[in-house]
Amino acid sequence: MAEIAAVIASTHHPFYYRASTSTGADRPPFADEWVAKIERFRETLTRAEPDVLVMVGSDHFHQLWLDNMPQFLVGKAPFFDANWYNEEREFGLPRMTLRGQEDLAAHILRDGLDRDFDLAFSNELRIDHSITCPIITLRPQADLPIVPIYTNIFAPPLPQPRRFVALGRAIREMVESWESDQRVAIIGTGHLSLELGGPRQFGEHGPDPEFDRKAVEWIASGDIDGCLAEVSLESLHAPGNATHGFMDFMLMMGVAGEGRKADHVDTLDLFHTMEAYFTWYPNGVPGGAR
Amino acid sequence: MSKYLLDKFLYTVDRDPDLVERYREDPAGTVAWWEAEMANTILNCTPAERTTWLSFTDAERTALARHDHVTLFEMGAHPFLTLTLFIAMFERDHGPLEYQKAYGKAMEHLSLPYPDIAT
Repeated sequence: MAEIAAVIASTHHPFYYRASTSTGADRPPFADEWVAKIERFRETLTRAEPDVLVMVGSDHFHQLWLDNMPQFLVGKAPFFDANWYNEEREFGLPRMTLRGQEDLAAHILRDGLDRDFDLAFSNELRIDHSITCPIITLRPQADLPIVPIYTNIFAPPLPQPRRFVALGRAIREMVESWESDQRVAIIGTGHLSLELGGPRQFGEHGPDPEFDRKAVEWIASGDIDGCLAEVSLESLHAPGNATHGFMDFMLMMGVAGEGRKADHVDTLDLFHTMEAYFTWYPNGVPGGAR
Repeated sequence: MSKYLLDKFLYTVDRDPDLVERYREDPAGTVAWWEAEMANTILNCTPAERTTWLSFTDAERTALARHDHVTLFEMGAHPFLTLTLFIAMFERDHGPLEYQKAYGKAMEHLSLPYPDIAT
């Protein structure tokens, strides 16, 4: 059976690419610290020696639209082109093409349906920065095949937070039941408190530093029950109008497991939003005691 | 009121470089053209398979024609779509983050709960 090499949860900040590659007067003052944190984070994936990446993210009204909106969708295709004109325009993101892992995608689709997750699928999916940002930060050589999984954190009505956690648990079990000798890293990205297009956007910090502090603690300590007790679809409006993206972190907590402390935790307080990076090694720290 | 159609306008304009420029330069004309020609196009269907019933209210048409992002927010248009498109149109006229901050400040009178964006 396949082995989980690492479980990784991260924010996906579309400005990282530009900040990290800019020079001279264009380079923001926080870029060096940000790059240093990302390079340490990247090492947590590199040392896990993955063969395949399951990538959980959320389409930002690129290919998925309100005339036909899936709640959870798995990409099953030999290749995935990536990034869109408006991401190139606003964030300077490069066009990319990633290979797909169709055997694992087919397994997740079949097994997911049999576990009562009625997963939608796409055989021609152009992915966006929710998946390419962690490729850029964690695996910039973009050399590993992926299985993209999209969640709807964007276009209400949304699934309940507990459903995200449950899907995360199921993804973990589904990957572990894949008949393969491949090492799989499961990577998902979301947000802490975030406001987009509202009065609290682009402040000195994220819109709700207290929520961010609690969220980091829930994730780092694997406190799924505590998180579920406080977080609801309604409550997530309060920290910022785009904070429902936190549910992808909750999904990743489900992948990591109740009570599982993260092996790597880091944060960076930026304008507009707090960055947060977590890595778990379910089968022991690579190179350490197993 | 059709939040869906407001979102559809913002979405289809934002993803098309020519329409972004056209909407920036001639908002009223672009909105009128779009409502006549594009509003009832189903994006994943051939042009002949058109919808028959979508149109803006006067208030929606006016908000779009005035580039009035505050009213669009109050109407429940999806704030991500509005923000992304308006940054594309107007960030170029301002210093770094100046437009984004002014965009938020123009809405500082708004408080929770924000308008429902469900379509």
